[in-house]
Amino acid sequence: MGKYLLRRLAINVILVVIASSLAYMLAATTMNPRAAYQGRQPPVPEAVIDKTLDAYNLNDKTPVLQRYATWATGVVTGDFGKTWNGASVNDELGRRMFVSLRLLILGTLLGFAIGVALGAYSAVKQYKFGDRLIGVGSFVLMAIPVFVLATLLAIATYNLNRGLGFTLIEYTGEYNPKLSGFDQFLNRLNHLILPTISLSIGGSGAAFYSRIQRNMMLDVLGQDFVRTAMAKGLRRRTALMKHALRTALIPSATYFAFSVGTVFTGAIFTEKIYNWHGMGAWLVDSINANDVNSVAAVTAFTAVCILFASLLSDLLVAALDPRVRVS
Amino acid sequence: MSILEVKDLTVTFPGGVQAVRGVSYEVERGEVLGIVGESGSGKSVTSLAIMGLLQQNSVVSGSVKLHGQELIGMKEDELVKVRGKSISMIFQDPLSAFTPVYTIGDQIAEAVRIHQKVNKDKAAKRAVELLDLVGIPHPDVRAKAFPHEFSGGMRQRAMIAMAIANDPDLLICDEPTTALDVTIQAQVLEVLKTAQQETGAGIVMITHDLGVIAGMADRVLVMYAGKPVEQGSVDDIYYRPRMPYTMGLLASIPRIDGEEGALVPIEGNPPSPASLPPGCPFAPRCPMKVDMCDEQEPPLVPSGAGRHVACIRAQEIEHKGLTGADVFPVPVIPPSDVVRVPRAERPTVLELDSMIRHYPLMKGAVFKRRVGTVHAVDGISFDIAEGETLALVGESGCGKTTTLQQIMQLAPPQGGRVVVLGKDSSTMDAATRKALRKDLQIVFQDPMAALDPRMPVGDIIAEPLRAHGRKDVEARVAELLELVGLAPEYAERYPQQFSGGQRQRIGIARALALEPKLIVLDEPVSALDVSIQAGVINLLEELKNTLGLSYLFVAHDLAVVRHLADRVAVMYLGKIAEIGTVQSVYDHPAHPYTQALLSAIPLPDPELERNRKRILLEGDLPSPADPPSGCRFRTRCPKFARLSADEQRRCVDEEPSIARLASAVDHGAACHYAEEVEVITASDDQEEK
Repeated sequence: MGKYLLRRLAINVILVVIASSLAYMLAATTMNPRAAYQGRQPPVPEAVIDKTLDAYNLNDKTPVLQRYATWATGVVTGDFGKTWNGASVNDELGRRMFVSLRLLILGTLLGFAIGVALGAYSAVKQYKFGDRLIGVGSFVLMAIPVFVLATLLAIATYNLNRGLGFTLIEYTGEYNPKLSGFDQFLNRLNHLILPTISLSIGGSGAAFYSRIQRNMMLDVLGQDFVRTAMAKGLRRRTALMKHALRTALIPSATYFAFSVGTVFTGAIFTEKIYNWHGMGAWLVDSINANDVNSVAAVTAFTAVCILFASLLSDLLVAALDPRVRVS
Repeated sequence: MSILEVKDLTVTFPGGVQAVRGVSYEVERGEVLGIVGESGSGKSVTSLAIMGLLQQNSVVSGSVKLHGQELIGMKEDELVKVRGKSISMIFQDPLSAFTPVYTIGDQIAEAVRIHQKVNKDKAAKRAVELLDLVGIPHPDVRAKAFPHEFSGGMRQRAMIAMAIANDPDLLICDEPTTALDVTIQAQVLEVLKTAQQETGAGIVMITHDLGVIAGMADRVLVMYAGKPVEQGSVDDIYYRPRMPYTMGLLASIPRIDGEEGALVPIEGNPPSPASLPPGCPFAPRCPMKVDMCDEQEPPLVPSGAGRHVACIRAQEIEHKGLTGADVFPVPVIPPSDVVRVPRAERPTVLELDSMIRHYPLMKGAVFKRRVGTVHAVDGISFDIAEGETLALVGESGCGKTTTLQQIMQLAPPQGGRVVVLGKDSSTMDAATRKALRKDLQIVFQDPMAALDPRMPVGDIIAEPLRAHGRKDVEARVAELLELVGLAPEYAERYPQQFSGGQRQRIGIARALALEPKLIVLDEPVSALDVSIQAGVINLLEELKNTLGLSYLFVAHDLAVVRHLADRVAVMYLGKIAEIGTVQSVYDHPAHPYTQALLSAIPLPDPELERNRKRILLEGDLPSPADPPSGCRFRTRCPKFARLSADEQRRCVDEEPSIARLASAVDHGAACHYAEEVEVITASDDQEEK
């Protein structure tokens, strides 16, 4: 088992190297960091610009392969280089990563848990009112793009707050820097409410999982082993929970593992709309700013996340399903 | 007092379809009640209704009393105390009946803990004891295995262990051995008898196999279209049936001790529960039908001691002593012209010479590497003369299907030779291969899966004609449909409008379209009910004789083979164990495996079954990836066990090849110590174990 996983890991590392290199090449050949310096008043002498860009390894006059070599050498030693204005990409990455994590982890977990529960419920109550309600609801939610859903939630909260006359639920930013200690913790939680709702019920959260889980559960419900469990003397509810749901979880776990992999970078719209300075927002900002090294860093980081997600999915499935365990 | 009393049980599914229409029976302590019937007769639904395990939207009425306690309408809280405690159930398919993600031991222990107040360790220990009781070797280790790590027979044993975990008063077995091979079936039935002795439970045994019932049951209930049509002691039902359906059913079974020749089919198909005919539901298929039969459905009335019959002509049948063969018309099959020529002078249509087919055994998902070889077919030789049927028999995993695929591919084999109609497959060019496909056709096992559901039957049959550029397609399709006993108008319909037997006839018509010389039949009747099966077997026999066909017939049912085949080759782990004419192999089997195989088949004859001594094989088929050295059968061979150490060495070191037996012209066995033994008839010279 360990050997098998190591081999999978080695192959995935090669994929990560290819993906990051291609992303760097694409960014380095199409983006123009020089533009940020050229348009200035008073004009900056070209020699100065060249010197600055050289220092950040962003000079388009250097052959791209040479820039790539410099970048790659840095990455291997754990240095993702400098942003367009000379700040450390590593520092930015370290900060933004955790912003995204704080934003997304709760929503992802909740979305999965609620989705599985609703899916299992609607499978058991197939064609009854509850099933139809959940079905219609999840299709409506899946049909609404996340930026519409998030904006609608923000507008609704804004009106609610205005109607109440005080701020019940925060709808922008990550926390209020003026507060400290336990108050700040509560304030952070308050800021989390809206993005978490938007993330967990939307098309990549509960709505999505409930459809998958419903199908998996329906497949399993007709199986003989559920009948066997009841023939043993288990109550219907126990048989469904212990035998049917447990088996039907296996396929959903794979989807879940991959969505955990994208926890750090997966919420561009949510971050932008609720004004959190996470990885997704950074990607958009750095593309706008022609920031080659930041774009490359985000892409490389995403590739590594996907690598771990695939590893996690292997581990999860192996843990849940004895049939695939490799001896 | 009886344990279980069922009275007027009816089950209605949503949409108003009555699947069970008034079933009544009683089961005494220690008694085995057999319920027989074809698919759709409502036998399984009856038992699920008793357990309260039907879908929640089906309506159950009538009365089911367990020890006088009414089960119908009982609250779930009460019912769970009965299920698995007083009544246990054994299901048909042991693979899907276990939850795949828990170990066998855990699932049995769960059954113990539901009804008994014991701690986890004690329940686990009890699970091991139970596995030991049902004959699972190393039960302490095997209890930690998952269902997919068990073989089919082992799983069914574990299922029995789970069913008897709480010492039930009643065991309901729903087709407990249908998914198993015959030698494994014999083992499992033995275990079931042990389990009954151990618990003293009453057993309700549901099956379509009249042979299994004959050996197990004390009383029999015959069901047709959701209703019991005859009930009585096993001897009465088998020797003195009084309802034409029972008579037909008994007459239509092919028997391994039977005569060759036509089987007696019951014409027509069982009615759909959604549209029952007026009056007696069997009337449209009954040869004894009179006008009165259409007026009213005959009730199940007492007829003599302890038996009930639902037929208005039952008394007449009794007085005249009629049997199925008297009542049902025996079809006349025209004899074949080809067989008048001695076999040696007829041309050979198919010849296999030490053909080998190995598969690499791979491991790993990304970097696959070869870890071994599956010896699927390991050097088999046989030939088929024109107008002859050779049956290839053996249990699952013996290499029958691989052999067949290799022949159908018309590609060079990995070793040995395949010669079809005089042409060697290794030296064939593409044009010859295509031309040869005309002469070599196949009929598949599952008639549901073998026909494209989105194509009208006419197009299905026309497809091979068009592929080979024939012009007279429409006339030929009509001709073919008539040839297989279907109306030419059926060409417009789609496969789902036909019953299983009719679909198989369509499959046969498609195979016949190009006037082939050799047809490969892959288990052509194993998916069909007995009464339908007889008709298809007769059709195959008739087509062979009138069209001069040759068949390679692959089957696991040795009784069907006896009726259809001229010669038989018994396969074991990729090798032929015994080959010869049907008469010599069935009457004087010389290889211990053939003997065990034949002795494992239940006969639809209670008297013979009671006195029969079976040769029970130990364990399961070894893995074809790691076959035993020398003789492949030695690990399970009852004869090997009785040999002296010196004699045994030969079996271990030297692989036996097929040696012709002196007593017959066409009979050979691959055993160093071959010895002809009669195993089918109940004579006294049967081999004792």
